[in-house]
Amino acid sequence: MSDHRHVDEFTGIETTGHEWDGIRELDNPLPRWWQWVFWACVVWSVGYWIVYPAWPLVSSHTKGVIGYSSRAEVAQEIKTATAGMADQLERVRKAPLEQIRTEASLREFSLAGGRSAFNVNCSQCHGSGAQGFKGFPNLNDDEWIWGGTIDAIFRTITHGIRNTEDENAHQSDMPAFGRDGILTKAEISDVAEYVLSLSGQAADSAAAARGKPLFTDNCTACHGDTGGGNAEFGAPALNNDIWLYGGDKQTLVETITNSRRGVMPAWGRHLDEATVKQLAIYVHSLGGGK
Amino acid sequence: MRSTENQSDTAIGAPKIREYDVEAVNRKETRPPLYVPRKKIHPRRTQGFFRTFKWWVMAVTLGIYYVTPWLRWDRGPGAPDQAVLVDVPGRRFYFFFIEIWPQEFYYIAGLLIMAGLGLFLVTSVVGRAWCGYACPQTVWTDLFIWVERLVEGDRGARIRLDKAPMSAGKLMKRLTKYVIWLIIAMGTGGAWVFYFADAPTLLTDLFTGQAATVAYATVGVLTFTTFTLGGFMREQVCTYMCPWPRIQAAMMDEESLTVTYRTDRGEPRKPFEKNADWDKRGDCIDCKACVVVCPMGIDIRDGQQLECITCALCIDACDDVMSKIGRPRGLIDYDSIANDERRREGKETKLRLFRPRTLFYFALWALIGLGMVYVLLTRSDLDINVIHDRNPLYTTLSDGSLRNGYTFKILNKAREQRTLTLHASGLPGIKLKVVGSEDMGDSPDPYFTVKPDRLQSFRLLVTVPPGTLKSDAADLRFVLKEINTGQTASYNSLFRGPGQ
Repeated sequence: MSDHRHVDEFTGIETTGHEWDGIRELDNPLPRWWQWVFWACVVWSVGYWIVYPAWPLVSSHTKGVIGYSSRAEVAQEIKTATAGMADQLERVRKAPLEQIRTEASLREFSLAGGRSAFNVNCSQCHGSGAQGFKGFPNLNDDEWIWGGTIDAIFRTITHGIRNTEDENAHQSDMPAFGRDGILTKAEISDVAEYVLSLSGQAADSAAAARGKPLFTDNCTACHGDTGGGNAEFGAPALNNDIWLYGGDKQTLVETITNSRRGVMPAWGRHLDEATVKQLAIYVHSLGGGK
Repeated sequence: MRSTENQSDTAIGAPKIREYDVEAVNRKETRPPLYVPRKKIHPRRTQGFFRTFKWWVMAVTLGIYYVTPWLRWDRGPGAPDQAVLVDVPGRRFYFFFIEIWPQEFYYIAGLLIMAGLGLFLVTSVVGRAWCGYACPQTVWTDLFIWVERLVEGDRGARIRLDKAPMSAGKLMKRLTKYVIWLIIAMGTGGAWVFYFADAPTLLTDLFTGQAATVAYATVGVLTFTTFTLGGFMREQVCTYMCPWPRIQAAMMDEESLTVTYRTDRGEPRKPFEKNADWDKRGDCIDCKACVVVCPMGIDIRDGQQLECITCALCIDACDDVMSKIGRPRGLIDYDSIANDERRREGKETKLRLFRPRTLFYFALWALIGLGMVYVLLTRSDLDINVIHDRNPLYTTLSDGSLRNGYTFKILNKAREQRTLTLHASGLPGIKLKVVGSEDMGDSPDPYFTVKPDRLQSFRLLVTVPPGTLKSDAADLRFVLKEINTGQTASYNSLFRGPGQ
């Protein structure tokens, strides 16, 4: 860098006075079109400050003379979109679920709406593909703890499971056989072996034979004679390949010892009826619906 | 005519030969630095073969541009009857008998590549013919200069008018010129939007204020650019803004024809003298007729230069002078550097159109063209697209069966409803189920009805019995078959499971 004036010998134009490794920059004037655009932008920006929200203040900001707000715009757009769907939503609200499922236009509309509502409200626990996690059922498969007909699904979503906010929520209470001292550790182990054998997994046959009468005494009331489950009580089937918490020995022992008490909110209290109906249609369509 | 010329232009020697007082604006030696205002160029009118040719090219290109959107083409009910239409909301491109879906954009890409290679080919054969004759910038500038001449007169009159102080007469002429320019410019923008909507409807809408904002905005932008680029910026667009002049040299070689001043014949140049001994002097009488007609403001006698768009108007101007002074035409002509060399060596000049470069460009161009024709001729109006669910990848059912979900798209490009069946193969015991049409049950081959000219999306569940999937994935092939005609479309996908 240097302060003294320097004129380029080839062009006769003064340089900026800077030098980088022997390279100097000619101090040419800015192109006129560029200057015009620059000043036009300056003028434009002043107009913009006046018309639109621009400057931050201590606890607020300048509002602009036309009162524009991007939040208000979004709210307006949502309102317009909702108003546009009002007719269809009304039809969904009035139609029985079976009709929604079979009538193509209602079904397409409900599947789209249900998918969107699912992503917002349900995917946190059940996963974005409704694939479920440990303790949160997979909604794609064909086992339904509380019933897989479209009406049963609708009821489950509306009232939820074991929550305190809705008196009609599904309630069931598997005893904590170990913690409450109903069965001993050895007995629990035998029952677990028997459950393994029910689902066709490798099991210690002697232990399973010991566990069978224990199972009959303590479990068949809800889970059925052969472990087929009962949706009335929210008792899952124990004789198939689907496990909510896990079907291995260790997990089974843990389940029998401490019981399981999954909870689901009563969505009927948080969402409107049409949305819950759409959710039921969507969940039913995932592949496991009866 | 005399009155329209600059006062200082003088008639010399032979009758009707005029020497022009003109300096090439864009001359290397006198080229102004970038930071001075442009010197306006007032090209003089010419007549001759190339001028006539250029008028015809203008008529044809502008004719195509303005008329095309108004051509009709019957495609049956429910389809637009405009021959060439880019239907953006409908996601279709119509070109006479061709209808292209957005998925088939490669046709457009292919056409653009062909246009590029065609440009290379033409440039390697006859230089910047595109720039000189067909480029919109050239065509519209030519048209605007024609209007300018019509209103303000030829070169001399225009220079005088520029210098004259503002008066009612001058204002009148200027306004008339601008208004005509503006009408042409609006017509240009107006014609453009007709390619994107039904032309007769849009024309009415445009005038009744019913057209879309984007239509008015497009017309506005194109009006503005046509008006400024054609009316005021003119040769500056080619010299400073356009990238093509900068790269065209790479396509030309010593055999490429280009507008050339024959130095060997012309030099030493000298003013015309009666009864001259032409063996002792060059044919160029330095009348500057070639400079005065140049829309780019160059002197072709300086040799090949970046600014030259090879519009060939200097050929017309010089030929005219040559015939008047009784010398052979072609002092300025389409010629190659190689010929210049050959002449110097006393060899015969020749035209080498077929040489590796041109053959290569042509072969490449033809190859892509043939490929496009082949793809177009074998184009199927039925297509299938299968997307495997990403989440969950598979579902285990209670009996241990495995199920995969797919989103399944059928593209029916025909204008009639079609009934199709789907068959999947690759694993034993496959069952298919289409969500929403459960009445079919788990049919091995479900059928679909697809509406005309439509992409329809379905959700498909594929289930295989326990133990059939030996690894974590297997190939699965979907074949879609039209029941009536037997036409098929297929897609290879995967079936996934947990692995062993």
